[in-house]
Amino acid sequence: MVLEQETVNREYKYGFRDDIEYVYRTAKGLSEDVVREISGLKDEPEWMLKMRLRGYSHFLERVMPDWGGDLDDIDFDDIRYYLKPSEKEGRSWDEVPDKIRETFDRLGIPEAERKFLAGVGAQYDSEVVYHKTLKHLEEQGVVFMGTDAALKEYPEIFKEYFATLVPPEDNKFAALNTAVWSGGSFVYVPKGVKVEQPLQAYFRINSENMGQFERTLIIGDEDCQFHYIEGCTAPTYTTNSLHAAVVEVIAKPGAIVRYTTLQNWSDNVYNLVTKRAYAYENSTVEWVDANIGSRLTMKYPSVYLVGKGAKTEILSVAYAGKGMHQDAGAKAIHLASDTQSRITSKSVSQNGGRVTYRGHLAVAKGARNVKSNVRCDALMLDAVSRSDTYPYMDIEEEDASITHEATVGKISEDVLYYLMSRGLTENEAMNMVVLGFLEIFTKELPMEYAVEFNRLIKMEIEGNVG
Amino acid sequence: MTALEVKNLHAGVDGKAILHGLDLTVRAGEIHALMGPNGSGKSTLSHVLMGHIRYEVYEGDVLLDGTSILGLLPHYRARLGLFLGFQYPQEVPGIKMGSFLNAAYKRMHPENEMEIPEFFAYVDERMNLLKLDPSFGARYLNDGFSGGEKKRAEVLQMLVLAPRIAILDESDSGLDIDALKTVAEAIDHFASPEVGILLITHYQRLLDYVTPDFVHVMVDGRIVRSGGSDLAQKLEELGYKWIKEEATVEVT
Ligand SMILES: Nc1ncnc2c1ncn2[C@@H]1O[C@H](COP(=O)(O)OP(=O)(O)OP(=O)(O)O)[C@@H](O)[C@H]1O
Ligand SMILES: [Mg+2]
Repeated sequence: MVLEQETVNREYKYGFRDDIEYVYRTAKGLSEDVVREISGLKDEPEWMLKMRLRGYSHFLERVMPDWGGDLDDIDFDDIRYYLKPSEKEGRSWDEVPDKIRETFDRLGIPEAERKFLAGVGAQYDSEVVYHKTLKHLEEQGVVFMGTDAALKEYPEIFKEYFATLVPPEDNKFAALNTAVWSGGSFVYVPKGVKVEQPLQAYFRINSENMGQFERTLIIGDEDCQFHYIEGCTAPTYTTNSLHAAVVEVIAKPGAIVRYTTLQNWSDNVYNLVTKRAYAYENSTVEWVDANIGSRLTMKYPSVYLVGKGAKTEILSVAYAGKGMHQDAGAKAIHLASDTQSRITSKSVSQNGGRVTYRGHLAVAKGARNVKSNVRCDALMLDAVSRSDTYPYMDIEEEDASITHEATVGKISEDVLYYLMSRGLTENEAMNMVVLGFLEIFTKELPMEYAVEFNRLIKMEIEGNVG
Repeated sequence: MTALEVKNLHAGVDGKAILHGLDLTVRAGEIHALMGPNGSGKSTLSHVLMGHIRYEVYEGDVLLDGTSILGLLPHYRARLGLFLGFQYPQEVPGIKMGSFLNAAYKRMHPENEMEIPEFFAYVDERMNLLKLDPSFGARYLNDGFSGGEKKRAEVLQMLVLAPRIAILDESDSGLDIDALKTVAEAIDHFASPEVGILLITHYQRLLDYVTPDFVHVMVDGRIVRSGGSDLAQKLEELGYKWIKEEATVEVT
């Protein structure tokens, strides 16, 4: 009887890096000069430079947040704030420098684009290197491009919304992002337009000690409907990189906007992201947010329900293995009547990984007939992992109907045994239980992403089995 | 030839000794019924055979095709062709029955490569036999299944995974009268010269449809009596009292 041992693959598949020659890079460290240099390079209008400087001065004043994860090891002087990989934003992959194109090939982006995407944007370190939207959507007025390009091409609409949801003074990392932002996606979908296939952006950090500060601005005009989806990866380095993005989403009356993020950072990335949406009358905002990897993630997608009848659904999943801390959650701020929110958080921790759910649910005075449902489930795969839950609530109207449920569980030995009795190894059985636990998330993804997500989770779990 | 042999098995769980010297041999082509009062150790035997890690073997051996399997984890035993239909199947939310069966089948029969549509047709055929609605393929594994549905799903897994030795632990309990007949017919259909079957049951009803070659009675962790199918009938009429009394006489 020969019974082979299954081998375990614990590689981070996206850990490869490229040696490319950057077109431009700033010196390490941050100063007012660096902020001016970035703005000058981008040939920006005066108001944007002022905005950046506002961000910079607030960044200096603001103390480091001490209520979340451990940020002590971030050395702001050792980070490069701007790295330009190519001269321009390509409109076909041929215009993208070879090495960078090869990277995106390896990540499967052009292939996905051919198969099922309405538009694709690709950012490499600080700049967007590729952008393309299907022609018929462009003809209907759909705008999907790099944020820098949008500032030039659509200055009015840009100025009207930029930093209105997340002002420079919002928090230390939003201030930093405002000061040095570069790249990100700009989406505008006009009134009544429905985009069937997803618009996708892909963010890749390549360089060591790099800070990626993309700025994404998404505007869904009245009664439109679309799905924006983004993925992120970085190489594995011994020193840390910083990803501090800001995302602002505006859903005008009747709009249905879905924003999906699949972040799969290597475990040396600090991922500190401010994501906020305004949902106007009868609109729907859906955040679908997955965090795998990173040394520390602090991210709490927030939706301000500002118009009567607005709805939001926030689905947040997190996986933390060895050396990772996912401090994630969601916020729903009900400022108008008849608004509804549903928050679902699912987290998995393993091999000493740590997950924190931090949520905020608020119902403002005057917001009547609010419904909200919060559910957080944590699954710990072993005894050395950690899970905490901090749900904050401020409810100022008595007729609000609020439900909150939280569970913390371990994988049952009997379930593993049951699955193993059907020929699955212990690892496979564990994977299956975890994937089942996260299925509520996976089933919301386009098929291709669901397959990829499941594969990533399997790899993480196998790599972290004690 | 395929055979499962249990030899002088002493075993228990969580420090409690439950099986006290059990002998049993199930060969391909045979149907065995194992009966016995509640708590006599039937399910314990099934878990020891399948290899639940919490169960300990103190003495004795279990052989499959002449080789001891006691050192093997459950998945290896499964891949060698051993199957257990659970008395209390576990629920696995989020995992669809169909994809679970597919994953399990691939592990158990790596030599039979089937494309997904072909495999699902193969599963549907077996669902038909059990009068399970095809929509069960898209349901989460045992999640929210009724008691009877869980039992049928266990039998379905047996039919799909096609083991060589199948142990069914009370797969007939909790079934309505029609479902019992359906399940019994499915087991009968599955029985063949290539497979050995051990039916753990409390009722003659199942055995009316699936005639066992051997009936064993277990009391206090031992098989105290074995016989033909008439033994089950006698138990149905008289209960276990007389056997227990005889067993006590034998021991003293
Ligand atoms: N983990 C455990 N710790 C202590 N005792 C246990 C444990 N598991 C089972 N037992 C005991 O072992 C005995 C045998 O249990 P088992 O489930 O094998 O019986 P059974 O013959 O299958 O009964 P039934 O017909 O009711 O299914 C019972 O008395 C039971 O309470
Ligand atoms: Mg039992």
